[in-house]
Amino acid sequence: MQRRGRGRIAYPYVVWMAIFIVVPLFLILFYSLTEGDIHNIKDLKFSLNSYNRVLEPIYLKVIGNSFLLAGISTLICLIIGYPVAMIIANTDIKYRNLLLMFFLVPIWMNFLLRTYAWMSLLSPNGLVNRFLLWIGLPKLEIMPGKGAVLLGMVYNFLPFMVLPIYTVLSKIDKHVIEASNDLGGNSVTTFMRVILPLSIPGIVSGITMVFLPAVSTFVISGLLGGGKTPLIGDLIEQQFLSSRNWHFGSSLSIILMIMILISMAVMSRIDSSPEEERRKI
Amino acid sequence: MKKHVLLFLVLTLILTAVVPLAGCGSGVVINVFNWGEYMDESLIDEFEKQTGIKVNYKTYATNEELLAKMEAGGSSFDVVFPSDYAISEMIKRDMLLEIDFSNIPNFKYIDEKLKNPEYDPENKFSVPYFWGTIGILYNTDMVDDPVDSWDILWNPKYKGQILMKKDVRDSLGAALKKLGYSMNSTNDNELAEAKALLLEQLPLVNGYYGDEIRDFIANGDAAMALTYSGDAMDLYWEGFENISYGVPKEGTNVWYDSMVIPASSKYKKEAEMFINFMLDPDVAFRNSEAMGYTSPNTEAIKRMREEYPEVFELPAYWPDEEIIEKSDVYVDLGEYKAKYNDILTQILVD
Repeated sequence: MQRRGRGRIAYPYVVWMAIFIVVPLFLILFYSLTEGDIHNIKDLKFSLNSYNRVLEPIYLKVIGNSFLLAGISTLICLIIGYPVAMIIANTDIKYRNLLLMFFLVPIWMNFLLRTYAWMSLLSPNGLVNRFLLWIGLPKLEIMPGKGAVLLGMVYNFLPFMVLPIYTVLSKIDKHVIEASNDLGGNSVTTFMRVILPLSIPGIVSGITMVFLPAVSTFVISGLLGGGKTPLIGDLIEQQFLSSRNWHFGSSLSIILMIMILISMAVMSRIDSSPEEERRKI
Repeated sequence: MKKHVLLFLVLTLILTAVVPLAGCGSGVVINVFNWGEYMDESLIDEFEKQTGIKVNYKTYATNEELLAKMEAGGSSFDVVFPSDYAISEMIKRDMLLEIDFSNIPNFKYIDEKLKNPEYDPENKFSVPYFWGTIGILYNTDMVDDPVDSWDILWNPKYKGQILMKKDVRDSLGAALKKLGYSMNSTNDNELAEAKALLLEQLPLVNGYYGDEIRDFIANGDAAMALTYSGDAMDLYWEGFENISYGVPKEGTNVWYDSMVIPASSKYKKEAEMFINFMLDPDVAFRNSEAMGYTSPNTEAIKRMREEYPEVFELPAYWPDEEIIEKSDVYVDLGEYKAKYNDILTQILVD
């Protein structure tokens, strides 16, 4: 009885999902499988042409670039983010929230604004280069280029790696660590065999939360990469705005969604395996 | 992608809910949808005071955005400001209403040369608003060669100092014009040659950008850029003395932004009143003075000549007649639009 009552609270959300998520998804699927004038439903014919087009080498290269850059930036986020999360989790509770705030405040600012800020920092005559020249060092020629795009991605998505890892780390029972120390484990062993395995759920959700927006991002590459490294997000935007080819844009979106679903499935497998091991113990 | 559709659905919902409500008041409300920073907005207040018609003023960034919003439906616009090629596409697809020119007596002030343009041959749908060219914006401290030809964008001396426009018509157009072809070419061989030319130029190019170009040049981040005359005029009025603009002698693109009435308009007569108001000599002069773009209004130009004779020396405001003759106005490419876009993607991915 109580269960059913609670379920009813979810109805508005279910309706919302149906109207704004499920219906649009089917529309995208529909457009991706047809061709013809989008304004004239009678004119639309079933066709796989736009999927064939996705398989052309230049588009595969764009997709490959997107996954590569997203993968590298996720890895960098993990390498930088994990120690940061550990530092925050080990800080005295009085200062912990303050530290967290420092990480969250930038997210309150608009994402586009932050990217523009990087643009004026890194541009050939920007603040960073003027400073370098002033102290007598050579100019940094990072923008536009893949390096600047990576930097923009890491900067924008790092908090999404730190937060879930921090949450998991701060919940680890301190007694477990004490037990490891009592049994003779030094700090490396404790980390490798106790803390790291226990924090895997945080790592997995961190990776997902960074990788997903990174692979479909579209403004960063245009602004920091000088448009020279178009990513799949840029391509989709172009199809809907300048080319106005909804069919091709939709099939690109569907392909992107399928690839993201596959990577999520892989990630959740990694997430669940240590759980099973633990249960065995 | 999901975000796009979602946003678009939410917007549609809000617009359909709000627009009819807005019309319920005592007076008429017309929706005017213009490019960003493209009208002296104090003129709108004046129009409202004069006529009692309220104006709901909103802005967009590209012709494609305007087309996409008009196509999406659900919202009604009364006056919009598309460019030449977008107008010809709108006419082809019945997206515009014929203007009743008896309601627009001020049309007589429009320069005869600008009437009956290629994109609207019988001049039934559009009234010119501003016009200009595409050319090369450059920093005179960083460029010591004369900027009077497309060739300079291919000069290895300026490696890493050149910005191109992330708009396929403009960038590919520059290459086509350098080769002596039309900017509206639909000849595959010509397009392949132009593409090869842009690929050859790519190592020299710092980046392909949109509206950021103006700030990059103003800031000295790059020496020269392919861009609109409007950017040059902006910087001129802002007092940048080391920034100049050259129109290539091979000819370029001459663009027109015109006022049109979309088919979805509910207040055609009021929209025509607004268009007529914008053509009033005094209003057109003040608008051109405030925005810095070249007016198609002969009376406004007369007054500009009296008060700002110096701008008529600037190719950005008043390009050579000879070059204009050699230039092209963009026309709708139809099927070739996708080909053009593909070429840009191919260049950038390589």
